[in-house]
Amino acid sequence: MAKEEAIEVTATVVEPLPNAMFRVELENKHQVLAHISGKMRKHFIRILPGDKVLVELSPYDLTRGRIVYRLK
Amino acid sequence: MRGMVTLKSAVEIERMRASGRIVAEVLAAIGDRIGPHVTTVELDQIAESIIRAHEGARPAFKGYGGFPASICASINDEVVHGIPSKSRRLEEGDIVGIDVGVLMDGYHADAARTFGVGRVTGETERLLTVTRSALEAGIDAAQPGARLGNVSAAIQNLAESAGFSIVRDLVGHGIGQHLHEDPQVPNFGERGRGPRLRSGMVLAIEPMVNAGRPGVRFDDDGWTARTEDGSRSAHFEYSVAVTGEGARVLGVAR
Repeated sequence: MAKEEAIEVTATVVEPLPNAMFRVELENKHQVLAHISGKMRKHFIRILPGDKVLVELSPYDLTRGRIVYRLK
Repeated sequence: MRGMVTLKSAVEIERMRASGRIVAEVLAAIGDRIGPHVTTVELDQIAESIIRAHEGARPAFKGYGGFPASICASINDEVVHGIPSKSRRLEEGDIVGIDVGVLMDGYHADAARTFGVGRVTGETERLLTVTRSALEAGIDAAQPGARLGNVSAAIQNLAESAGFSIVRDLVGHGIGQHLHEDPQVPNFGERGRGPRLRSGMVLAIEPMVNAGRPGVRFDDDGWTARTEDGSRSAHFEYSVAVTGEGARVLGVAR
């Protein structure tokens, strides 16, 4: 099973978009389009604007990421 | 990824070889079953029953990060991590990448192969052949004392010379007690760069080659990776031990 080449960063959810996508803002103020990970969907974890989340970014496309954890 | 590269003893490599043999058995059985109208769930069931028939063995992917099945089945423009489906039937001319992982006696093996369904076009056949060759080139480069970048560069050169592209967003990985360990094994890179390979390292080398451009996007299911331009993608993988005698594919006579 391939591994996603990814760097993990903290971000804040800005707004929900269609198709389980979210706009999130990184600590450096850059905004990134992120989709929710399969694991989170499976456990029905809801993500709302204002939530702090862990996002995996591909180094090859820093404008897109995957939300892998919702922080408390 | 588990931090730090671990070196495996001869006994540990034997355990991984035993897991690797089961993976090979599953891929062979699936290869025999593949044909038009077969569903990928049926292939998953074959995998699960073979794996569980071996005492102490279990499917490594099932439940891993929430993945719901024992195999990944990725059709045509799906690159990797396709989820087996009851409703999707293979069609003549398709390609389907099957990725299998086994955990037995505490040690993993992971391998993949892309199969043609029935008769495929010459260009599709070329994609499969080139990707297979890229894996072979990567394995040949995985010598003790060589740099990891040699493996990556060998794979990249072979695929790109054939006019295909190498996926950047997904990489191979170390493997052992965990399915994904350090180091990451990109399929693109430069000779002479990266960590030195040492005897006892076990790497899952897995070129993912696109007929068109290298970009990948992820489906809403949170798993399936797909080519951005809709072109076909092939994937071949072996778990490879770096030994004093060179690179050894675990579980398969090469």
